[in-house]
Amino acid sequence: MSDAVVVARGVGKVFGTDTDRVEALRGIDLQIARGEFISLIGPSGCGKSTLLRLIGDLLQPSAGELVVNGKPPRQARLDRDYGIVFQQPTLLDWRTVRANVELPLEIMGVAREERAARAEEMLALVQLAEFADHHPWQLSGGMQQRVAIARALGFRPALLLMDEPFGALDEMTRELMQQELLRIWTETETTVVFVTHSIPEAVFLSTRVVVMSPRPGRISAVIDVPLAHPRDVETRESDDYYRLITEVREALRRGETGEGRR
Amino acid sequence: MTPRDPTERDVELLESHETDIFAGFEGDIPGEPGRLETWIRAYGPAAAAFVVVLALWEILTRALDIETFLLPKPSEILDRFITNAPIIWGHGFRTLVEALGGFVIGGTLAVAMAFATVRWAAIREGLLPFAIAANTMPIIALAPIANNWFNVTSPLSKMAVVSVIVFFPVMINTTRGLFEVDPGELDLLRSMAATPREVLRHVRIPNALPYFFSALKVASTLSIIGAIVAEYFGGPQDVLGQYILNRANLFQFPDAWAAILVASILGIAFYVLIVLVERLAMPWHVSLRATEGG
Repeated sequence: MSDAVVVARGVGKVFGTDTDRVEALRGIDLQIARGEFISLIGPSGCGKSTLLRLIGDLLQPSAGELVVNGKPPRQARLDRDYGIVFQQPTLLDWRTVRANVELPLEIMGVAREERAARAEEMLALVQLAEFADHHPWQLSGGMQQRVAIARALGFRPALLLMDEPFGALDEMTRELMQQELLRIWTETETTVVFVTHSIPEAVFLSTRVVVMSPRPGRISAVIDVPLAHPRDVETRESDDYYRLITEVREALRRGETGEGRR
Repeated sequence: MTPRDPTERDVELLESHETDIFAGFEGDIPGEPGRLETWIRAYGPAAAAFVVVLALWEILTRALDIETFLLPKPSEILDRFITNAPIIWGHGFRTLVEALGGFVIGGTLAVAMAFATVRWAAIREGLLPFAIAANTMPIIALAPIANNWFNVTSPLSKMAVVSVIVFFPVMINTTRGLFEVDPGELDLLRSMAATPREVLRHVRIPNALPYFFSALKVASTLSIIGAIVAEYFGGPQDVLGQYILNRANLFQFPDAWAAILVASILGIAFYVLIVLVERLAMPWHVSLRATEGG
C-alpha cells in the first residue's frame, strides 16, 4: 500500500446533466505499484482516457476515491508529482525545443542554470540534444513526441501519464518510440500509466495490461506481462509475446460481448 | 537492465526518416533559384501589372480625350504631386499624426479591454456582445458628433473618431486570440500547476499575437481613412481631407488626386510598418516560417 503510486477505489465518472448523462466509468478498482508500467487498453468509449485524466486531476471523479502518491490527485498535481504526454505533442510553437522542455521547470521556479542543465539532460535522454535550438515545426512527428516526453520527464515526476502518445505516428516510428520509451522507463525508474488501443503496443511495453470494456467503462481483466527485460525486436517475435497478445485480445472480446461481467 | 544498442536497421530507419524531413530546411540547395530570381518571381507580376495599368490609364485618357475633372492623366497627377510636394506632404504629416494618435489610443484601450475580458468573466459576458454589435455600426457616421464633442479645431476630435474605429476590430480579435487556445495546451499548463497569470503569459498572449496583428493591419488602413473622413466634416484647413475637399470644389482635380496619392502612400507605409513589427514579434508563426530557414 505504501508503495502504491496510484490507488483507485470504486471510481466512477458521469458526464453531462441529469437529463443527458453519459456514464463514462463505473466501479474502477486499481492499484499501481512504484516502478510499474501499466497500459489501459480498450475500445473507444471505454473510458481509458477519462481514467487517465482523473488520475492527473484534469477531471474530477463523480464517485469513489483516488489516491496519487499518497495524496488526493489535486495535491499531487500541485506538487508536480506527474508528467503528462498527450496524443498530440502539444509543443508551444513560439518556443524552441529547449525552451519547451524548460517550460515546466520555469513554472516551478527552477533557477536558469539548473533549468538549462536539466533540459540538456532530458534532451540527451530522448536523443535530441542537437535539435535543442530548433522550433517544434521543424521536427518530424516522432521527434516532436520525444520532445513532449522529455518535457514531461524534466522535473523527474514519480508518475508519467501517457494518453495514446504514439497514436498519430506511423508503424515504423511507433516501434522505435516504444523501444525508446522502455529504455527511458528503465533509466528513470518512473511509474508509467499508458493509454492505448493497440494490443501489441500494450503487451510490448507493459508489466501489466488493464483491459477495459465500454458502456459504462469498467475493468474487465488485468493481465500480467512476464516478458523479460530488456525487450527488443526478438521479444516481438517470441511465442510468449504472441500468446499474451492473444490473451489480451480474448479478454477484450469477452469485455465487448459482456461475458465475464460481474 | 541495460538498454539495448539500437540495431543497424533501427538507426537506418531513424536517419532515413528524419533527415528527409529536414531536407527542406537546409537553405541553399544547389539548383535552387537565387535571391534576385525569387524576388522577381514574387513581386514581378505585381510590378508589371502596376506599370501596365498606369500606361493604359495614360494612353486611354489621351486617346479618348477624357476631361481632367473626370479623370486626370497620371502624368498630370505626378506633376502636381511633385510641384505641390511641400504642401501636400505637410498636410499628410498632420493627417498622419491624427491617424497615429487615434490608432495608439484606440489600440491601447482595445488591448486593455481584451485583457479585462480574460480577467473578469462579467466583462466578457456582459460587454462583449455589445462590442461585437458596435463593430458592425458605421462608426464613421460619428465624425460630425465627435467634432462637436472634442472641439473641431483640435486634432483630438479626429483622433477620437480614429480611436473608436480602431478599437472594435482590435479588441474583438485580441479577445478571440486570448480565448481560442488549444485545449491541450491548457491541460498541459494545468498539469504543471501553472497560475492563471502563467497561462496568460505562456499560452494566451503568444496565441493572441497573430489575431492581434491581423487586426492591427486592418486598423492601420482604417485609421488613415478615418482621419481623412473626419477631416471632411470640418476643422483646420492644413490637412489632407480639407485639401482634397477644397481642391475638388475648385475643380483642381489633379491636386486632389495628388493628395489622395499621398494618403495612399501613408496608408501603405503604415501597413508595411505593422508587417515588419509582426515579423519581429512572432517569427515562429506559420505565415512567416518560409522566410526563416532552418
